[in-house]
Amino acid sequence: MTEKEIQVREKQEVQQAGEPTKPERYFVPPVDIYETDEDVTVLADMPGVAKDGVEVRLEDDTLTIKGTKGGNGGEGERVLLREFESGHYLRRFTIAEIIDQAKIEATMVDGVLTLKLPKVEPAKPRKIVVQGG
Amino acid sequence: MAIIRFTDRPLFRNPWADFERMRREFDALFQGLTGEYPRQVGGTVYPALNISEDADHLYVRAEIPGVKAADLDISVEGDTLTISGERATGPAEQRFSYHRREIECGRFSRAITLPTRVNPDQVGAGFVNGVLTIILPKAETAKPRKIEIKTQ
Repeated sequence: MTEKEIQVREKQEVQQAGEPTKPERYFVPPVDIYETDEDVTVLADMPGVAKDGVEVRLEDDTLTIKGTKGGNGGEGERVLLREFESGHYLRRFTIAEIIDQAKIEATMVDGVLTLKLPKVEPAKPRKIVVQGG
Repeated sequence: MAIIRFTDRPLFRNPWADFERMRREFDALFQGLTGEYPRQVGGTVYPALNISEDADHLYVRAEIPGVKAADLDISVEGDTLTISGERATGPAEQRFSYHRREIECGRFSRAITLPTRVNPDQVGAGFVNGVLTIILPKAETAKPRKIEIKTQ
């Protein structure tokens, strides 16, 4: 096989999310972040989160991605093997670029969140002509 | 003796931090006792699986985000279940500058031996929001049979 095989990665639990009142667990979703001239794109793996369970917030320069997962299913079943745990997702970033908040687009397909953060167009340099008297 | 530089120490050390950490670990431990099954270490082949059963069915669950349902291949042969597929790489990479790359792409394939015989004709699979659920009906011979006790 010439192509790369995917490796199992253990889910990392969020360390500092404040003390939860319910016994819920939050995991850190793995992300890809890339930048073009026009925008910054964030991809986040959040399997099990429906479109309605995603919450994206941008306050000042802090981007918060939160994914709330529905029920696991599997109540009343006897567990034979358990290799992964499931829970909600939470991650925060500090964004250095100036983002046009009104034009942020978010899509959720097959458990992957795609977030497009358009940059604000930089002010064009303007030459001021000094008028002679 | 561990040598700790003076500047490494936080200015105000929370004297209860160790106790809080201990309490969290105890919470996790007791959660394991009351229903929530502890995770078994050793899932080394992608995807990691959760398998459970009830009287009539086996349930296999896996988190496979970013894979189209059409790219997933599931097959049952005897008592071996095979899950394979491919996660396509993102858009062409030349135009971008990446800040973080944590999501892995590529092929995967995993075969497991099921704990009981199943009826391969009636295997059902669902793929919702990146979570794959495979429901395998147990073969008639593997179902628990209630035995009536006759009294004379």
